[in-house]
Amino acid sequence: MENILSLLIWLPIIGAVVITFLPRDKEDLIRYTSAGFTGIQFIIAILLWQKFDPGNGAMQFMERYEWIPSLNISYILGVDGLSLPMVILTAMLFFVGVFVSWNIKKAVKGYFALYLLLDAGVVGVFLSLDFFLFYIFWEVMLLPMYFLIGMWGGPQREYAAIKFFLYTLFGSVLMLVGILGLYFTCGKTFDILLIMERAPEALDGALWWGMSAAKVIWVLLFIGFAIKVPVFPFHTWLPLAHVEAPTAISVLLAGILLKLGVYGIIRINYGIMPHEVYWFAGGLAFLGLVNVIWGGLCALAQTDLKKLVAYSSINHMGYSLLGMAAVVAAGAMNGGDLKAAQAGLSGAVFQMFNHGTISAMLFILVGVVYERAHHRNIDGFGGLASQMPVYTGITALAFFAGLGLPGFSGFVSEAMCFIGAFPVFKTIVVLSTIGILLNAAYFLWAFQRVFFGELNEKYKDMPEINGLELFTVIPLAIITLFFGIYPGPYLDIIKATMDQIIEKIAFVATYASM
Amino acid sequence: MTNLQSLEFFVPEIILVITVIAALITDLFLKKSKTDLIGWVLGIGLIVVGLAVINLSHVPPTTLFLDMIVIDPFSSFIKIVIILATLFVIVASWSNHELNDYRKGEYFTIMGIMVIGLFLMASSIDIIMLYVSIEVVSIMSFILAAYMKLDTRSNEAGLKYVIYGAFSSGVMLYGLSIVYGLTGSTNYFVIQESISALDTTASPALVMALLMIFAGFGYKISSVPFHFWTPDVYEGSPTTITAYLSVAPKAAGFAMIIRFFHQIFSDGNALGAGTVGSTDMPWPEILGVLAVVTMTLGNLVAIQQKSVKRMLAYSSIAHAGYMMLALPVISIDAVEAIMVYLFVYLFMNLGAFFIVITVKNKTGGETFDDYKGLGWKMPFVGSMMTLFMLSLTGLPPTAGFVGKLYIFKTLIGAGNSYYWLVLAGGINSVISLYYYFHVVRVMFFEGKRSDKITQPPAIMFGLIVGTAVPSLLLGLYWNPLISWVKDSLIFYTQIL
Repeated sequence: MENILSLLIWLPIIGAVVITFLPRDKEDLIRYTSAGFTGIQFIIAILLWQKFDPGNGAMQFMERYEWIPSLNISYILGVDGLSLPMVILTAMLFFVGVFVSWNIKKAVKGYFALYLLLDAGVVGVFLSLDFFLFYIFWEVMLLPMYFLIGMWGGPQREYAAIKFFLYTLFGSVLMLVGILGLYFTCGKTFDILLIMERAPEALDGALWWGMSAAKVIWVLLFIGFAIKVPVFPFHTWLPLAHVEAPTAISVLLAGILLKLGVYGIIRINYGIMPHEVYWFAGGLAFLGLVNVIWGGLCALAQTDLKKLVAYSSINHMGYSLLGMAAVVAAGAMNGGDLKAAQAGLSGAVFQMFNHGTISAMLFILVGVVYERAHHRNIDGFGGLASQMPVYTGITALAFFAGLGLPGFSGFVSEAMCFIGAFPVFKTIVVLSTIGILLNAAYFLWAFQRVFFGELNEKYKDMPEINGLELFTVIPLAIITLFFGIYPGPYLDIIKATMDQIIEKIAFVATYASM
Repeated sequence: MTNLQSLEFFVPEIILVITVIAALITDLFLKKSKTDLIGWVLGIGLIVVGLAVINLSHVPPTTLFLDMIVIDPFSSFIKIVIILATLFVIVASWSNHELNDYRKGEYFTIMGIMVIGLFLMASSIDIIMLYVSIEVVSIMSFILAAYMKLDTRSNEAGLKYVIYGAFSSGVMLYGLSIVYGLTGSTNYFVIQESISALDTTASPALVMALLMIFAGFGYKISSVPFHFWTPDVYEGSPTTITAYLSVAPKAAGFAMIIRFFHQIFSDGNALGAGTVGSTDMPWPEILGVLAVVTMTLGNLVAIQQKSVKRMLAYSSIAHAGYMMLALPVISIDAVEAIMVYLFVYLFMNLGAFFIVITVKNKTGGETFDDYKGLGWKMPFVGSMMTLFMLSLTGLPPTAGFVGKLYIFKTLIGAGNSYYWLVLAGGINSVISLYYYFHVVRVMFFEGKRSDKITQPPAIMFGLIVGTAVPSLLLGLYWNPLISWVKDSLIFYTQIL
């Protein structure tokens, strides 16, 4: 089990290769193979969690190999409290996603090969600790995503696919410039941990175009990540991509791919340039507010159920941004409130996970009704509650989780984000509470329109949610409920790592000349 | 070194000349349908030449033929790139159906002569030799571009090429004559010494000469504003020749530029001069602007193309622009980046053209419509084309990314004043994604699904694999390439 992290990354790649060599008319064999590979990956992820030492905030299970010595590129992997839950979430959602994709009929072989490649890319980003490797995995995700949206998506899929690709590539190009900037300022290395050590000193006083190099690099990297989150105004690709993508891909997009942005900001921006966090936190909190309000308002205006869920993602990621901005509470000039910083950052990281499970549920459930009715027009249904009671019940649960009702995990993390951010950004927090109101409004209003009232005659024979579909939703619902009541286990895993990040940010503040 | 002593180091070119003569004579005894055999003659000859080049690649830098040309590791590197490109193109020519109506004897022979010219371009250190070698290559290219004499577009391509070629080499020759007038010598190193001794009154003449010479060079690498011939010539020529023109002369052209500008106009062999000679000409800025304009124009016009071949023509202008990005930085890093880029570009670009040939052989067309549903009908060809497009865009983990990485690394490493070039290059690769993936979109998202899968013929299959494997592998592991490039970074820099 020495190379457990490599195994997590390479297993799906092997799976993709195996699938390319399977005959393409053996569709069930292909499905079972994918389920097998993602299933084993999920088991390994659980094993990793078992062996993980939550008391240690540093990187664990490190692997390091020489790769391109002339550029100081190495193959470095590691996992800590920030990435472990994300890896488990990824493995779980990819496993669940196989069953969500069970009904894909078109080019099954291509679909699952690309699906597994995407899996490898995502896990790779979470685990790599070398910038070059990180960047490769970051880009490796693009191609499968492009095809999965463009080939198996809805009517506007081609446009959605290329828009997604162009947006993300634009962000990654800026990121590459930032990475190269760090490479040269920090002594020609791509090793992220080494850069973290050297950067504060190396970047101190360095100028790019007469501006502070650290700030320029921060912005370059931030835009790359912000497009993934997506942060307003870089969000326009998201609703389109979500609506056009097949259900399983929407699940993964909302559940994991958006988290890469937040993960990147915390791991890279916070880790490497702790000093600049103070400079940017106000902006970050403001962007969080815009995301919350803008996402909520847009969601309220939607007539397409899937688009509504898509905008709800923008709304929910806003809370995460707000929580992240809260770390500055730890700074001496802000009163050195470590508790608030912890609440905010842990809340942001917890929100990533919770949104991952909740939005996955929502997208699966939208997929269920779309499969039967072939449309997602909110006003086109009505009265489904009497026709599909089980489906209605589970959707109610997902919607309540989505609107942050106490008792569901979403409530805990959103509350933590607010609590953390309140001491520093009072006005912004107060304004963001409007978002919660909007959040409740759009979910409840949609629920009412779809499930209550007269039963639409067209759907009087609509079949109930089936076993396979329930199998994909119920585990997610259980996790949501469990963490809503008892978030302890999750917070224990991340605590040591969060403390380390906060400590670093608090430490630079004592020397800050602000 | 005297002429007689030089012969020993001139073995590759001598073998090449013998090969060309052998090809010419063999052709006399062959029926039209058998002329593919000449390809074998040239191919085997080139392999022997390649071995001879490798054999000589560790000779310390030496001048030959009374300081006309040099042999140094740098020229050996370029020669090997040229040989690889030629070998690929020879094999592709066997199954390029466009050429079926014509005898291929002359075709291969002319290609052989062109290789001699390219070799000399990569190694000349004398402006007369430089001019002669450029002309050898140009004239052979004119003939090859117009090789399909029954095809009007091919004729048009040849004619356009002649006109532009004649014009730009005339301009260049005029520039060279001014340089000779100012310095009294045709040798690079003597010129270099005399230029650094010139006083400022000579500046206007020098600046004018420089711009005129760049017209000739820019024409060879299809840099804006000397690129106008490229799209029409690339579209009209036989596809194999298009592929060849987009790779081999470009490699030799860049070798020539590096030698000429780096050695004459930077002080001594100290790479790193800001301005040219005694003039106050902002040479790096001019080159930077030209590079950005070249790639932007190539990319923007490529978006609007309806033919894949023509799209690739504009894309090759854009790639010339990416390589030119490194030219303003006069350093070893910059040369290294250009060499890496040339090497990876060889595979990805040839690969894309081989797919164009495969599709043309099958459907008879080269517009985007002919690629509809290709991913379903020929999944292998479709997925390999996707790989080449990825690589040309410069996405990891493909070779194209490594090429771009080295270029960007050079620019960022060179300091503040070059960052804007990095941003321009980066944004350009985002633009290029749009049209490269237009092909992918058409192949996979449009057209009808079919259950009948066809594989390309064995030769094309081999060529596609042969270019696809390096296009992917060099993106994952390029240690051997970079150490070879670093070993080849030895120029002949001594002042005579």
